[in-house]
Amino acid sequence: MRGKITKASRHVNQNEGLIFEKSSPGKRAFDLPPLDVAPVDPRNWLGESYRSEGVDGFPEVSEIEVLRHFTRLSTWNYAIDLGMYPLGSCTMKYNPRVNEFVARLEGIATEHPLAPQDLSQGCLKILRLLEDCLLEITGMDAVSLQPSAGAQGELTGLLLIRAYLESQGNPRKTVLVPDSAHGTNPATAVIAGYAVENIQSDSRGQIDFAKLGERVNEDVAALMLTNPSTLGIFEKQISEIVEILHAKGALLYMDGANMNALAGVARPGDFGVDVMHLNLHKTFSTPHGGGGPGAGPVAMKKILEPFRPIPVLVEKENHELALEENRPRSIGRLRAFGGNFGVLVRALAYILAYGPGIRQATEDAVLNANYIRKKLEDAFELPYNLPSMHEVVFSDARQKARGVSTMDIAKRLIDYGFHPYTTAFPLIVHGALMIEPTESESKEECDLFIEAMLSIAEEAASDPDLVKHAPHSTRVSRLDETAAARKPILRWKPNR
Amino acid sequence: MRYLPKSPTERKEMLEAIGSQSIEELFSSIPERFRLRELLNLPGPLSEPEIIEYFQDRARENSLEYASFLGAGVYDHLRSVITDTIIQRGEFLTSYTPYQGEISQGTLQAIFEFQTLMCQLTGQEVANASMWDGSTATTEAVLMAERITRRHRVLVARTLHPQYRDVLRTYAKSSGLTIEEVSLAADGAMNASTLRAELRDDVAAVVVQSPNFLGAMENVPAMAEAAHSCGALLVVAITEALSLGLVRPPREADIVALEGQSFGLAPSYGGPFLGVIASQDKFVRQMPGRLAGQTTDSQGRRGFVLTLVAREQHIRREKATSNICTNQALCALAATVHLTLLGKAGIRELAVQNLSKAQFALSELAKIPGVRRPFSAPFFNEFTLAFPRAVEKINADLLRRKIIGPLALEPLYPELPNHALVCITETTKRADIESFARVLAEALAPVEMRA
Amino acid sequence: MGYPTNYRYTKQHEWIEANGNGVGRIGITDFAQKQVGDVVFVGLPKVGATFQAGEELATIESTKAVFEVFAPVGCEVLELNTSLESSPEKVNADPQGEAWFAKVRIVDPNELSSLMDAAAYEAFCPECQP
Repeated sequence: MRGKITKASRHVNQNEGLIFEKSSPGKRAFDLPPLDVAPVDPRNWLGESYRSEGVDGFPEVSEIEVLRHFTRLSTWNYAIDLGMYPLGSCTMKYNPRVNEFVARLEGIATEHPLAPQDLSQGCLKILRLLEDCLLEITGMDAVSLQPSAGAQGELTGLLLIRAYLESQGNPRKTVLVPDSAHGTNPATAVIAGYAVENIQSDSRGQIDFAKLGERVNEDVAALMLTNPSTLGIFEKQISEIVEILHAKGALLYMDGANMNALAGVARPGDFGVDVMHLNLHKTFSTPHGGGGPGAGPVAMKKILEPFRPIPVLVEKENHELALEENRPRSIGRLRAFGGNFGVLVRALAYILAYGPGIRQATEDAVLNANYIRKKLEDAFELPYNLPSMHEVVFSDARQKARGVSTMDIAKRLIDYGFHPYTTAFPLIVHGALMIEPTESESKEECDLFIEAMLSIAEEAASDPDLVKHAPHSTRVSRLDETAAARKPILRWKPNR
Repeated sequence: MRYLPKSPTERKEMLEAIGSQSIEELFSSIPERFRLRELLNLPGPLSEPEIIEYFQDRARENSLEYASFLGAGVYDHLRSVITDTIIQRGEFLTSYTPYQGEISQGTLQAIFEFQTLMCQLTGQEVANASMWDGSTATTEAVLMAERITRRHRVLVARTLHPQYRDVLRTYAKSSGLTIEEVSLAADGAMNASTLRAELRDDVAAVVVQSPNFLGAMENVPAMAEAAHSCGALLVVAITEALSLGLVRPPREADIVALEGQSFGLAPSYGGPFLGVIASQDKFVRQMPGRLAGQTTDSQGRRGFVLTLVAREQHIRREKATSNICTNQALCALAATVHLTLLGKAGIRELAVQNLSKAQFALSELAKIPGVRRPFSAPFFNEFTLAFPRAVEKINADLLRRKIIGPLALEPLYPELPNHALVCITETTKRADIESFARVLAEALAPVEMRA
Repeated sequence: MGYPTNYRYTKQHEWIEANGNGVGRIGITDFAQKQVGDVVFVGLPKVGATFQAGEELATIESTKAVFEVFAPVGCEVLELNTSLESSPEKVNADPQGEAWFAKVRIVDPNELSSLMDAAAYEAFCPECQP
């Protein structure tokens, strides 16, 4: 007869505690090679700066405990390696493993950014090739690989615009942001020193062209546009939008989060974008790693090139590559050293794997999204009936009639073995379900997803409580976010 | 293509199900004149072995066979195999931001542990889940101080990393902050009296780095007292986080901006690294970046969630504390694993090795006639030396012996001609230090003989 | 929970209780707290701060969103209900009583007459029905 089981529970694995709870004085997980010089007494050399008590609370565990602890934690995560993430605008595609291998090569992972540049030509060539590839893909004239993430790319773009407009005599005051935009857009505009004005979408989910015409004046520095939009729909009037802006001396910034619908098929530089960022951790397959790191390179038209952040990659007369800092008109440095170089390596490896065939990935991404749309449009409300590109947005309007929301449906999807799609975004769709399968999903996986969603739609009608209280199969059920915010506990303390 | 799980038949079936004749139809919403008629001119496609070969060729064109004495914000430390084993697990590597807590407890608990470790290291009460790097963390810390104090003047130590100062200036231009530099004292560190002379009640923050860029330890309590005396906040930036294994934590600081690259992250030509902001509980709502908090589920089981999200861009939009979304999560995980492997004893031992080797290097180098140590302030694993000749010439000699010499300081600090910044870590071999000393002695000998 | 008849109400779902001496208490209506959901944080202004009618005076946070509370009339903040800092849940429990946000000096009492009374507020938004 078994006693009460304290270790195992449903949905995988041990009830693993915090590493601090396994700690016991004297255990060690790491041995250092012996010191080849005489050890010093830190007290003598550091004086008052000496930390006499050590790092209080730091764990003391053994190597196997560390390995087991984190391995167990990992089994509580969903991951691309396990299945689809239909997260709209996140582009959760396959993270090729060869990219991990090359980023770790001795000679690449080991290179110090301040080494003499003639000794780091390997790294500089990688940067150069990636720059060339991104220029080809975007159709722009110049690029900076420094920004650490999309948000920093957005800031770079707006600072470039500001510097350019300043050189024309007036940096202007306002940036227009569609109400369907990602939150980083307005947040970034404010950091760049601009006031934000929201531009409403029209009834088709596109930029309200008439309103845009009214709002663009000589106080407007730029429009920040995502294209295709966060609804997955291409802005058909893109040329007219560009014309309106340029007529008043304003520029078009494109948020490149949705490049997965365009790479190899159309180039933002061709349809009039002045400056844009790319998300290498989206379109270019670098791994999300639980939230980062990413990279947000910025591609721009010639007029913005003189203001590029430093350092700038140049080719010297002897054909050697160098990173140049002496750029009087530059907007300055955005971060120390060159950028998230390891992420840039992975993105280049991805591009090299595809070559010109990168178009096929884009086509498969759009094919998957439209296939899913077709199979779900009878069960879920489609708020905007324009053609979808790489992602489709439904709403929970039909399910709401039985009190079931997009969040509930998303949580129930977990029981079917999938990560939820993007809920509650974009803001212009009430109760949004934003679905982006990416090209990495097979027909089989897409069919499984479709079956799951149709089953949930049926459950929402016949057994709504089952959906409203989902997930049922996970290690933890819905977590109390209210308590976490009212009385935040943000670190472990002994005796807690 | 090996990354695309579709057969031609399946593509056809799916198009039929959609009711389209061809894939081109699905792109019809793009005006025709913008649709490319030819494939892009990109290198490739390459097979896996070819990709590896390309990068191996590039790796050979870097400085792998050189011994190096460079630090200046990027440090070569030992890294355990286990760290990589864990962060390469697909469940960590290929998982998304943990917005859906029920299926991200692995990531969330690891972040909670990371936040805890950062608090323990820095002596602060709360730490976030990461910023992009030390330079942007320092900048965000200053912006945080601006929000808290509602003041717009910032005093920055000249001994703060030059690139960090550059980044701060870039962000300050558009935020209306005035940045003023405060000079260093003769001992290589900042001086509280010099600081007080500049302080008025319009200062939002005083920013110092410790150990500073020249290697010297700053007197944090004195800096804090000075700053607080006029209602300013003290921001302490730390580029060599390993120093905290032996150096007292900056408890008196209001905000700590840390670079965590020393904890298990390869130099990797400048990134990805690991910024962290740590501060007091009372400032938490002004803190940028993600935060993982402890809570319970409906059955009372302990779990973790991202919390205080109203600070962040996806909710607050133009009123957010920062625009940061994607952070350095996997790097933070690597640091978490690295630090639990080192543990309480290991981090101290490792720091002692660094200090010991640095002291040894100093004694070997300072023996050489003409070489002197200009700054008397205590240091950890980096120190400044003054030479009788141009550093560039000395480094040229060193390069011929496959040694990358210390960083020449004059381009960054014109007031320090012929000075260089030497960095020693536990990976610096005694033999390399002795070679460096030998070559240096040879390089300087003719000057000495002429005299 | 009904709507107190001696309060006046705004279209953005704030209430103000004026005591006739030019001082008033401000809060949000029961309808508003239902819209917000679980309140996790209340961001109060500083004592002495002045606002025009319609300016943002305070913020309320749920786990998912931030809501602005607007000044019903031009006013100066005299006193704050600091208990909301440690107990934001009061806003859900008793939005029209214990969870007042601030006591203010009303700059121009005439502005009160352009606000709705309890009956008008109930009629104003059908979902406002108590």
